Amino acid sequence: MFLLSSFLSSEDMTILQDSFLPLLKGVLSYTIPLTLISFAIGLILAITTALFRISGIKVLSGIARVYVSIIRGTPLLVQLFIVFYGLGNLGVEALKFEPFVGAIIAFSLNTGAYASETIRASILSIEKGQWEASSSIGMSYLQSLRRVILPQATRVSIPPLSNSFIGLVKETSLASTILVSEMFRKAQEIVATTYTPLLVYVEAGAIYWVICFLLSVLQGKIEKRMNRYVKT
Amino acid sequence: MINMNNISKQFGDLVVLKDISLQVEQGKVVVIIGPSGSGKTTLLRCLNVLEQPEEGSITIDQQTLKFSEKVSKKEIREFRRQTGMVFQTYNLFPHFTAVENVMEGPITVQKVAKAKAREKAVDILTKVGLHEKMEVYPYQLSGGQQQRVGIARAMAIDPKVMLFDEPTSALDPELVGEVLQVMKKLAAEGRTMVVVTHEMSFAKEVADEVLFMDNGMIVERGEPSVLFEHPKEERTKQFLKLIKQ
Ligand SMILES: Nc1ncnc2c1ncn2[C@@H]1O[C@H](COP(=O)(O)OP(=O)(O)OP(=O)(O)O)[C@@H](O)[C@H]1O
Ligand SMILES: [Mg+2]
Repeated sequence: MFLLSSFLSSEDMTILQDSFLPLLKGVLSYTIPLTLISFAIGLILAITTALFRISGIKVLSGIARVYVSIIRGTPLLVQLFIVFYGLGNLGVEALKFEPFVGAIIAFSLNTGAYASETIRASILSIEKGQWEASSSIGMSYLQSLRRVILPQATRVSIPPLSNSFIGLVKETSLASTILVSEMFRKAQEIVATTYTPLLVYVEAGAIYWVICFLLSVLQGKIEKRMNRYVKT
Repeated sequence: MINMNNISKQFGDLVVLKDISLQVEQGKVVVIIGPSGSGKTTLLRCLNVLEQPEEGSITIDQQTLKFSEKVSKKEIREFRRQTGMVFQTYNLFPHFTAVENVMEGPITVQKVAKAKAREKAVDILTKVGLHEKMEVYPYQLSGGQQQRVGIARAMAIDPKVMLFDEPTSALDPELVGEVLQVMKKLAAEGRTMVVVTHEMSFAKEVADEVLFMDNGMIVERGEPSVLFEHPKEERTKQFLKLIKQ
């Protein structure tokens, strides 16, 4: 604070302080819920998609492949616009989403596709001997998956999934374009009245950075816990 | 106890087991020897149905699988529970402690209560000399200790037959003894065992019968003293000369 005030005018300081609460509100009521809900749904989609991909059943792996290809091959912004403006314009009541819901749908679909590739790779990285050992004591495919393969695959996938999660925190700023009042939209609204874009956008950026920093600390803790059973 | 009838197995065009028949009586220990690629592992894996033969049938105790007919996954699982498999590379579950590795089969497959499964696992681990290593992860164990956990894990599902695929060949020489000792103990208890190994001393001391496999066939079989000292077949003689060196 002291450091900042030495090269910011007192007017600037007031703007920073006044905008902090609205920005924080954007974080707490939209940025964080949007991230958490989308990531949770996305993970379920991702695990399902990964299992479809490795199922060896043509129809299922085909569906998974097409889904991943479409999502990875199109910009997230376009996906958001299709879900919110595109579907909303069809005249079908059920497809008119609240901005927040539309954002959750788009982000979940997006996370699901990317994370499914991560999860698929980590399942495939588990040695064949683990499947055989679990089969040999009588486990079914699903039991092996649940008790032996997925727990180990989880460890492998924590670093890349953390990347996706941290990425998602920042990508929620795109929801500003479909009228979700998350932090970045709040920042834009503030700038529209104060005309201090540098100041307020840097402030918003700093808040994103703090969130991501805290998340990477958390990631370190989770990794440490997950690595308890491997030689370091 | 085991009755293998006319088992044939191929991978693509490669015929790995050619019309193999094999009987093992209850309580007997059969050792299989043979050159690399002769099909020893595949034979054991067929007994555990990790591989499905194209032809033939296997009976263990009362249960029979006929491979010329379609067998369901459930049938295979049921059948598989009669054999306990010990792998060359241990294949322990790295995310479980020693005792959890042993409890896993009873808990997940046999639906035994956790406390009871633990009690049993502790008993078995004590028997294989690992009562002090119960709560450690596999990476904290030596190869010999890991393999003994592997044996304990296989025993925990109360199999009627124990299958060992070169259980000591990945071990440093000084660790081989402790694993063989556990296996001798099991044999002395009257367990039915099929063991792929090139440990001649073990075979001589413990085996009731030794099979020599080559090229997907059982070339010769007999009591260890007879087969090792007076082999009839030329290929057996050559192979024994090789491993005695
Ligand atoms: N999954 C598989 N796919 C294709 N070929 C295989 C497969 N498993 C084994 N084989 C082949 O089958 C033959 C027998 O293999 P197997 O592992 O049973 O031999 P082995 O007697 O156990 O040899 P070793 O002493 O080296 O362990 C080999 O030629 C091997 O390459
Ligand atoms: Mg082998």
